[in-house]
Amino acid sequence: MHEISVIVNGVRHQASVEPRTLLAYFLREHLGLTGTNIGCDTSSCGACTVLMDGESVKACTVLAVQADDRELMTIEGLPANGEWHPMQKAFHEHHGLQCGFCTPGMILTAVSYVNENPDATEADIRLALEGNLCRCTGYHNIVKAIAAAVDAMKSGAARSSATA
Amino acid sequence: MATAERYVGGGVLRKEDPKLLTGEATFVESITPQGTLYISIVRSPYASASIRSVDVAAAVEAPGVIAAFSGRDLADEWASGLPMAWPVTEDMKHPDHWPLAKDYACFAGDGVAVVVATGRAAAKDAVELVEVEYEERPSVTAIEDALADGAPLVHDALGTNECYTWALANGDVDATFSRADVVIRERYRHPRLVPNAMEPRAVVVQPVASAGDFTMWSTTQVPHIAKVTLALTLGISESKLRVIAPDVGGGFGSKLNVYAEEALCLALARRLGRPIKWVAERSEDYVATIHGRDLVQEVELAATAEGEILGYRVHLLANMGAYLQLVTPGVPLLGAFVYCGSYGGQAYSIECTGVFTHTTPTDAYRGAGRPEATYAIERAIDRLGREVGLDPIEIRRRNFLPAGENVPSPGGLVYDSTNYDGALQRALDILDHDAVRAKQASRRERGDPRQIGVGFSSYMEMCGLAPSQVLASLNYGAGGWDAATVRLLPTGKVEVVTGSTPHGQGHVTSWSQITADALGVPFDDVTVLHGDTAIAPLGMDTYGSRSLSVGGVALHLACGRVTDKAKKIAAHLLEVAPDDLEFEGGVFSVKGVPDRAKAIQETAFAAWTAHSLPDDEEPGLEATYVYDPPNFTFPFGTHICVVEVDTETGAVDIVRYVAVDDCGHVINPQIVDGQVHGGIAQGIAAALFEEALYDETGTLQTSSMMNYLVPSAAELPSFELDRTVTPSTTNPMGVKGIGEAGTIAAAPAVINAVVDALWHLGVRDVGMPATPERVWRAIQAAKRGGSR
Repeated sequence: MHEISVIVNGVRHQASVEPRTLLAYFLREHLGLTGTNIGCDTSSCGACTVLMDGESVKACTVLAVQADDRELMTIEGLPANGEWHPMQKAFHEHHGLQCGFCTPGMILTAVSYVNENPDATEADIRLALEGNLCRCTGYHNIVKAIAAAVDAMKSGAARSSATA
Repeated sequence: MATAERYVGGGVLRKEDPKLLTGEATFVESITPQGTLYISIVRSPYASASIRSVDVAAAVEAPGVIAAFSGRDLADEWASGLPMAWPVTEDMKHPDHWPLAKDYACFAGDGVAVVVATGRAAAKDAVELVEVEYEERPSVTAIEDALADGAPLVHDALGTNECYTWALANGDVDATFSRADVVIRERYRHPRLVPNAMEPRAVVVQPVASAGDFTMWSTTQVPHIAKVTLALTLGISESKLRVIAPDVGGGFGSKLNVYAEEALCLALARRLGRPIKWVAERSEDYVATIHGRDLVQEVELAATAEGEILGYRVHLLANMGAYLQLVTPGVPLLGAFVYCGSYGGQAYSIECTGVFTHTTPTDAYRGAGRPEATYAIERAIDRLGREVGLDPIEIRRRNFLPAGENVPSPGGLVYDSTNYDGALQRALDILDHDAVRAKQASRRERGDPRQIGVGFSSYMEMCGLAPSQVLASLNYGAGGWDAATVRLLPTGKVEVVTGSTPHGQGHVTSWSQITADALGVPFDDVTVLHGDTAIAPLGMDTYGSRSLSVGGVALHLACGRVTDKAKKIAAHLLEVAPDDLEFEGGVFSVKGVPDRAKAIQETAFAAWTAHSLPDDEEPGLEATYVYDPPNFTFPFGTHICVVEVDTETGAVDIVRYVAVDDCGHVINPQIVDGQVHGGIAQGIAAALFEEALYDETGTLQTSSMMNYLVPSAAELPSFELDRTVTPSTTNPMGVKGIGEAGTIAAAPAVINAVVDALWHLGVRDVGMPATPERVWRAIQAAKRGGSR
């Protein structure tokens, strides 16, 4: 077993984990953060995407021990001051989710991408989502929602960064 | 009960979203009762093998392992095999199907043993320690091979791989064909598809050992069907089993089933007295969850020289896989009546043979039979048009059934309402068809390597399953009704209980809209309860685009019963006759005296206190309606796809996709559009990307998301959507269904476009999926004069 210390959604956790434990299972089963969904076993679907030091990672490709000393954000930590992130609002307004299983990963991927690419176009957004699969929406409304969030985040109506 | 529509038609956002957007949803994997044990299943690596022996001794010794069982060890747990609800013919062959195979495994992935352990990893580790002695046998995975003389048998005891042959005929088909000026004969192959709902399957069973009760949480579309059928498999009282479908992450038919793992979790919970949990890994889901499609079609059209279709003759070979799951044999029948699509004619015949192979069982995948039928007719009518010199628009217009109500079709069904040319014309207007054709012509003229093609699909589908008597005539083992209960609480808030079980379709929102308008209450005052057989005991669940046109109509009618009773109570309180009242915006008022009024919430309180009720009325304000529709519904529309095909590489780009759908009266336009988007994406995926392939040993080669191409946003275009609205005559709401329409329509539009782009090069057909390699090979073959 390995001792690790991670900050998740602003809270420091000390834990003892098997070296083979994937970050996705650590978050779900040790910390009870079940908003991070696991949709595949080949790092293809992106449902388990979380932010590690502000960058999107697939939590099924990271070992819990690799997250030692890192700062993580899961979907549970995205709202600030009780208010949804503009990306969450945009997904709601533009019907960017149906069953919602891919949604946490989709949103965190989008947040990370738009933070780094504040002028992203719809074509850019489509490429940026290559690692996140959705079977319900055909992506049409996801792309629309992210494009709307790009505008919302740019206009300054929103806070500048999810991870600040 | 008519009140002005305030919520139906739009303007509301989904009630389902908040928990899904914030990680508060409860998917089955997140449910872990105290003391839960995990199971992991030993699966046959061979497509066909005798099971000589299973030795679990080493596995049981492993850390954390509680028990391990072979199929024979558990044989006494089953009162009957896994359920199959659709014996399509009297003499259909139905092999034994046990939750774990006992004597032989007949597809790669067939479960042969199970390990129970205290943790997920311990169970999986111990699977490696189970020693199974197999004797590998020859296998067969392709339909035609399985029917060949001397083919390896999937089930020796059946003596054949032919499961059934089912036939339907309307009119004198042979005579019609013999007097036709033109007969075209097409052969199409539908690849096997993997549904890939984003949430892998999972099951948790919690027993109350002392009471013999079980609660099962399952990633299912069909908790009600699962409850009755699993009770039979386990030999337990139906009343002792509660099935809950909590938040379910997509289904598309793959969760319209009752699976071995559900039965195993129940049996092990009974045997061990502990909660049992199973969660599929994605690659396990690829072999252990049903597949879709996989059939070969021979389609003949008989027509006049002017292109008027006289008759249809269809032969199908459908791959059942190794076993019959819940509705495996019936899937082709769901399409069997609509090989005539939107078109007329005098004679119609279809024959379908179901075939066993050493593969994962097939069953209903989004559209179930109708995408296949639509593909066939929409491809074939294009070909007929070429044959008689009519473009795709004219050949369709010449054959469309007339616009109207209750229109008889060559397949023998009566379509509720039709306006096929209306949808086609709208799609053409959006596309600016002439401009696209002009561009296509100029590319052709200059021999541009990137050629443009335009593909049409003027689809018609049947959904809203269904009149129970019609299902009976097809030997389906259940009814087609659904149920709703509407309950006004003492405070005037409303609880709706629905027998329909959503997994992404937004029922909670749409049902709230319907209820809020019918009762004249605020949208936010309506709560919708579903997916739990203890809370919603009456239901037939969600599949076949039936929720709105059956369950939603049940809700509409239950609301009518509630307002009827509320009106009597209001009349009593106001000391007038019920006929003296009018109902508007949730308020009963005396005609001509609007100040004398009672809100429906006040009648709810009065019904609860029961201090003063009309003589014949019971306390409480609640009503249930169980609705059995008199007919199917028949949505339709036209999709037009424009592609650019790179004739040097075979790459296909979709540059425009226009969809005009008609699903009758629309409750929530945003949700309807979303269903169409997702449906089109799955149709495009079938046309261009997805294909489940077996190698010569019967191993699934496309066994994960690494090698089976579920398209991402980067592979798909945006869609241009519009609607026509032709109310259904089947039900009083005028609604049809929209869950499957996109998938049904899309594939032929795409492939017709690809063929159109390459026709001048001599290409006459491109199979699905139209990968760059397949397209390139078709071009090369045409150059050599090898194409049809």
